[in-house]
Amino acid sequence: MTYVAKPTLHHPELPRNALGFTHRDYEGSVSTLCAGCGHDSISSAIIQAFFELAIPPHRVAKLSGIGCSSKTPTYFLGDSHGFNSVHGRMPSVLTGANLANRDLIYLGVSGDGDSASIGLGQFAHSLRRGVNMVYIVENNGVYGLTKGQFSATADKGSKSKRGVVNSDAPIDLALLALQLGASFVARGFSGDKRQLVPLIKAAVEHRGAAFIDVISPCVAFNNHPGSTKSYDYVREHNEAVNSLDFMPTRQEIVADYAPGSVRDIVLHDGSVLRLRKLHADYDPADRLVAMDYLQQRNAVGEIVTGLLYLNADATDLHTALNTVDTPLNQLGERDLVPGEAALEKFNASLR
Amino acid sequence: MSATAPIRRTNDFVVKFANVNGSGSASANLLFAKSILRMGVPVAPRNIFPSNIQGLPTWFEVRVSEAGWRGRRGGVDLMVAMNPQTWDQDVKEVEPGGYLFYDSTRPLSASRPRDDITIIGMPLTEICNREYTDPRQRQLFKNIVYVGALSALLEIEPEVIAELIGEQYKGKEALLKPNVNAMHMGRAYAQNNLDCPLGIRVRRANAVGEKIFIEGNSAAALGCVYGGATVAAWYPITPSSSLAEAFTRHCRKFRTDAGTGKARYAIVQAEDEIASIGIVIGAAWNGARAFTCTSGPGISLMQEFIGLAYFAEIPAVLFDVQRGSPSTGMPTRTQQADILSCAYASHGDTKHVLLFPDDPNEAFDFAALAFDLADRLQTPIFVMLDLDIGMQDWLCEPLKWDDTRRLDRGKVMTYEQLEAGKEFGRYLDVDGDGITYRTLPGTHPHRGSYFTRGTSRDRYARYTEDGATYVDNMQRLLRKFESARQYLPQPVRRSAPGAARAGAIYFGSTGPVMDETLAVLAAQGVHLDTLRVRAFPFHDAVADFIAAHEHVFVVEQNRDAQLRSMLVNELAVESAKLIPVLHYDGTPITARFIAREIGERLAMFNVTPIRKVAP
Repeated sequence: MTYVAKPTLHHPELPRNALGFTHRDYEGSVSTLCAGCGHDSISSAIIQAFFELAIPPHRVAKLSGIGCSSKTPTYFLGDSHGFNSVHGRMPSVLTGANLANRDLIYLGVSGDGDSASIGLGQFAHSLRRGVNMVYIVENNGVYGLTKGQFSATADKGSKSKRGVVNSDAPIDLALLALQLGASFVARGFSGDKRQLVPLIKAAVEHRGAAFIDVISPCVAFNNHPGSTKSYDYVREHNEAVNSLDFMPTRQEIVADYAPGSVRDIVLHDGSVLRLRKLHADYDPADRLVAMDYLQQRNAVGEIVTGLLYLNADATDLHTALNTVDTPLNQLGERDLVPGEAALEKFNASLR
Repeated sequence: MSATAPIRRTNDFVVKFANVNGSGSASANLLFAKSILRMGVPVAPRNIFPSNIQGLPTWFEVRVSEAGWRGRRGGVDLMVAMNPQTWDQDVKEVEPGGYLFYDSTRPLSASRPRDDITIIGMPLTEICNREYTDPRQRQLFKNIVYVGALSALLEIEPEVIAELIGEQYKGKEALLKPNVNAMHMGRAYAQNNLDCPLGIRVRRANAVGEKIFIEGNSAAALGCVYGGATVAAWYPITPSSSLAEAFTRHCRKFRTDAGTGKARYAIVQAEDEIASIGIVIGAAWNGARAFTCTSGPGISLMQEFIGLAYFAEIPAVLFDVQRGSPSTGMPTRTQQADILSCAYASHGDTKHVLLFPDDPNEAFDFAALAFDLADRLQTPIFVMLDLDIGMQDWLCEPLKWDDTRRLDRGKVMTYEQLEAGKEFGRYLDVDGDGITYRTLPGTHPHRGSYFTRGTSRDRYARYTEDGATYVDNMQRLLRKFESARQYLPQPVRRSAPGAARAGAIYFGSTGPVMDETLAVLAAQGVHLDTLRVRAFPFHDAVADFIAAHEHVFVVEQNRDAQLRSMLVNELAVESAKLIPVLHYDGTPITARFIAREIGERLAMFNVTPIRKVAP
């Protein structure tokens, strides 16, 4: 079957953003995932985040690997170019795309099989390099499209739908991202859109490698008692360290917060993240503390969510490579081809 | 007294240096080669090195040939035996009547190794130990001292060597003078103590002209600069690493913005070959010209991505600098054994465009061309180099560029075209050549966006598993492959005087060797027509050539006659007339080898049948 296009009729009173776009302008085609899939909630959060940021959809390139999560770019930002690449290799394709045109926004969507198993290497190296991107892993602990095998993020001791107990240690992608040098690391839950939307917005505005691990229950294969990635389990064990508001410019703090519990972080483009601390001792500017905290909480079975780490002064791969401001894909002969005279000189040096 | 008369030849001999890897010999040996070149006499040097950084044996062969033969000749006229580990083997390799130059600091065992060669001893270690105190200097200058001695033995002009040393150490005066002194010291010793000159010698000539001396990898990398490549991603692997390194060097020189000091290129040393080709595909999808360079093992790793680029129709350029295979094989030896794995790379029905340059000059041209082809055809283009072309210095025609030439960006639909309402279907064949229009991300707010995928889709890039739609697309890809032919370099045909019944087909680094082979065969009265294949898919002229000859030798540097397989597979030709001539021991193919193989077989075909005696 071909995919199902959504009708494009707009309700005349749909709210519009600063560009005059409605929410519908950020949608894609109808999802073919299972009803209740966490991934659809994430798509919806992405749509809302880009709508609220008023980003022209065609200035976004959305890339993915293979798997249920990697199908989702079809379901949002229908006016963006998309690239559904090969299993586990989205990060390299995104890296190349980013090198070709530094002016677009790059959104990489992947899953736990795609990023923690087959693509662990590319996950690691794209973060190491500081590719300017938003990298979202829709993490459900199983392979959905091949019917419920464990992935590498499944917790040790968690039970599959058929009753098999996972004996392998889990990979915590957020913890790994911290270790690898990602300059923005967050964890969300597909069931908590209020937390997720500001995280995505902040990640988009961040310059550098922004990684969001989103726990996203698989209703078909991993939402049963004994699973540690089910809606019920995640709700019970969710431990949010902060709550986030994203603001295009700094605004007066008006609400009555306890002293020291609110912090504004100014991003490179002047937009502001207002962070409300839910844990007094958690400081997302300290990478080592973040790593320590994650491991402590993990040991007692909690899933830490929120903005885990942010280096607002980070630079990206283009800075490291010192590339010109003009996107490389827009350079012409004059910028690229040295010409016959230069070649004659070169020849002369080889005699 | 030698049983055989010493070889006496001017401007036509082979010198081989046997050294220890990491001893600094390669640059001294190259200096030796270049000094002959500067005297107007063509040379063909070959660095024969192990997969090792220090300690293993390494050789450097210099073929001096006023006739300009650039292939390896085979055999050695003068062995400069500096490595005790390989002494026996090196001594054995000298041609009867040849010369052996060795370090006589330690005397030879009582018996002479051979009585049919001239043995020349020089106490190099002793001289250097006396002259220098630093152990590293003793080693490095020893190389220059023997170059000096050889200049006396072979009548190489010392002024030319001094000039080259001057160029090499320009601005480093502290190194310049001691090197020149070392050379003169060696020269003086030879003049005073050895029988100079030898029967083989160099005489100033005028056979080099405007030609340049360059490694294929460097030339190919410069071709990438001229071809407009802006993104390169690679993973270190012999023998292709020097292509990426040369690209970095050339870009620094030619692509650094004068005003800002910023780079008009991006080079990523990736974590592996899979990421390398992924980066290339991502960049090319987004409209930058991008390439990777690798060798056989890298091509194996890239298979899945190559299939994606074929099916999703992404321009991508790959350089395969082939080495001894399969597996890790002989990483520092040469072969042409990846052509099948590149031509049909990836799972499913795939075919790819291959280019076969025969020397650095053509490597430059084809590298630049590859980017036009990739954009024009929206498919991966493979430039098939090998270690012999890539890592050796070759004397070749100067590189040329036409300033009126424009980069062919192929069918890219612009904002204006989309705005004007031109119909866009990513896989819609509007011109009938199988090549469709693409749009680049970010072009237009509402028109022309599409989803790129490796899954099957319809003409408008919508996912489908409908059989007829799939077949329609696969047939169009075949049509596109047919269209590719018109853009590819034509084969080079050479006709023997008169009508030859036999022909030879060859490609790549066999090219320069074939020139010499024809001369050798002609001297024996054997005449052949030849066809140098320069691209796949094959041009019609290839089938015509085969049809026009009784026997066609297919000369290749692999075991399985891979080009022959492709000819049989792709063309309606009689496979029985295609006779494989195969050389695959890791050394470059030689004219001696080809002439012998072809000569023997032709002699067999020409056996006069026994006539029945009339009753």
